[in-house]
Amino acid sequence: MKIHEYQGKEILKAYGVPVPRGQVAFTADEAVAAAEALGGSIWVVKAQIHAGGRGKGGGVKLARSIDEVRSLADEILGMQLITHQTGAEGQTVRRVYIEEGVDIARELYLGVILDREQSRVCFMASSEGGMEIEEVAARDPDAIKKEWVDPKVGLADYQARNLAFALGLEGKAVRNATKFMKALYRAYTEKDASLAEINPLVITGKGEVIALDAKINFDGNALYRQKDVLAYRDLDEEDPKEIEASKFDLNYISLDGTIGCMVNGAGLAMATMDTIKHYGGDPANFLDVGGGATTEKVTAGFKIILSDPNVKGIFVNIFGGIMKCDIIANGVVAAARELGLEVPVVVRLAGTNVELGKKILAESGLKLTAADNMADGAQAIVRLTSGE
Amino acid sequence: MAIWVDENTKLLCQGITGSTGSFHCKQMMAYGTKLVAGVTPGKGGQTFEGSVPVFNTVKQAVAETGANASVIYVPPPFAADAILEAVAAGVELIIAITEGIPVLDMVKVKAVLQDSDSRLVGPNCPGVISPGKCKIGIMPGHIHLPGRVGVVSRSGTLTYEAVGQLTALGIGQSTCVGIGGDPVNGTNFIDVLEAFNEDPDTDAVIMIGEIGGTAEEQAAAWVKANMKKPVAGFIAGTTAPPGRRMGHAGAIISGGKGTAADKIAAMEAAGIKVAATPAEMGSALASLL
Repeated sequence: MKIHEYQGKEILKAYGVPVPRGQVAFTADEAVAAAEALGGSIWVVKAQIHAGGRGKGGGVKLARSIDEVRSLADEILGMQLITHQTGAEGQTVRRVYIEEGVDIARELYLGVILDREQSRVCFMASSEGGMEIEEVAARDPDAIKKEWVDPKVGLADYQARNLAFALGLEGKAVRNATKFMKALYRAYTEKDASLAEINPLVITGKGEVIALDAKINFDGNALYRQKDVLAYRDLDEEDPKEIEASKFDLNYISLDGTIGCMVNGAGLAMATMDTIKHYGGDPANFLDVGGGATTEKVTAGFKIILSDPNVKGIFVNIFGGIMKCDIIANGVVAAARELGLEVPVVVRLAGTNVELGKKILAESGLKLTAADNMADGAQAIVRLTSGE
Repeated sequence: MAIWVDENTKLLCQGITGSTGSFHCKQMMAYGTKLVAGVTPGKGGQTFEGSVPVFNTVKQAVAETGANASVIYVPPPFAADAILEAVAAGVELIIAITEGIPVLDMVKVKAVLQDSDSRLVGPNCPGVISPGKCKIGIMPGHIHLPGRVGVVSRSGTLTYEAVGQLTALGIGQSTCVGIGGDPVNGTNFIDVLEAFNEDPDTDAVIMIGEIGGTAEEQAAAWVKANMKKPVAGFIAGTTAPPGRRMGHAGAIISGGKGTAADKIAAMEAAGIKVAATPAEMGSALASLL
């Protein structure tokens, strides 16, 4: 799960990680009030959307007067911010974060992420702050220093010092960076983060170490024990179809194509998309109905697929294991009746209770195309949706 | 022979009294798996299906029944603890079916496993089956056929798809191992490939991967250097967009790493016959025999 920068900084602050003072604002008036409350003579107005690359997209601006805070907040609130992570349509800005100006001596990069190869949490630091870490890694892998954390020990002081010295820090800044990283590790593990990126990590003229930006993602599997993190969820930042799917415990991701897919299992769902593409079609979504799907879930899945106006046909591909084919068949029939299905539907069933499932489909009197295997099914739906 | 599980495996089940656990325990018993014990804390003394004793602790279950493998159907908040309990009791093979375990729980479990003699398969996996001998997990037993091809996969239903294709071609399987779709798991491709390489009753292997991480690339390098038997493969997720998690916690292309194209290239460079579509997994393997 993703949250906004200002929310991430609230969490970091609670763990003693230094962040600049700031306030969130939903209107230009609130932005002005925030700037006045913060005081000083320079402020940063930052668009709050879940995607990265906000600065380059024009969503982060410096204000040198209260009037400028107002005009910038006016400009940024409501804009369609386009970054390399939002896609071409961009994302509407609904909140801005007003932050005090910071005396920046150096900008560094600090990232915390799970290293799957090591099965350990990894700290990554680079002296090239503000840059995309992927670009740095591609150009000069040695520029990124890493420390892997033993979960039984936690981030040791010496590991934090190793990173601080590798970044060229000296004196007080080394001690501050060590404290910063240890606090960040506690926040990361206690809040079940899956990514924490501080880019840039700023060293001030006085040797303070401050998180100027904070991108924190959380492990969706751990949200049951992180109620306060879950409260940060911003539904405006999510695809409405994906929100609807999550209510039914369906795993749905919307894509750009025209062929809706309903599959059981993530691997088979991906493979089904690949097969459609192989035969010249374009999948409209990824949808894993899971192992315990009921008629209600299948109907909900159909509704979500059909709410996408680009969908010209649907391919149902089920290999029954725990999932019984007759349950899927009943769901398909119920959904087709309820929704008055107008687009072609190809159904491929295999595995547990396959004969019963096929019988239910055949006796339904509905215009469903049966396929014996994945390749036949994919070819059939591509043919039926290509207008031939 | 087969790898890891066979007719001599004595299985215990953690979470036997839950609805998922009890359903699949009945299925496993019907397949012929020797289910010798169940464990549900607080329900010790009960009997499952009139014949399987239920214990409060794994330690008791092992001491009383000599169980040497455990299958875990415990819900996600308690699953990491269940694995740790099985490790502490010295269970040789632990198969965690549970989907949705917090990844930082698994980081701790992994650190404990590395100092133990237990093997963990999963979590978030369909389990392990040696057709005709022993089924541990949630896979439909009837699609399998005893034989001499090893199957290893990160995905559940895609494994069934591959097995279904092999069986339809009359090609039986020695053992099928689902290693699971999570970013931190107990057993990786290389562990399984090593076991198949040494198994005199496995002639060829099919390896099914998906986007995310670099496990397939590492496995390909291992195959190139060590594998004595032909390997076919498939990678799911060629069409998956970067930055979107495709169902499995591990299936995400991030930082430009873990793409299907990279994995397929690494596998082909290692001499692995990669199926162009998932419909051709069985025939790709058949072409190597």
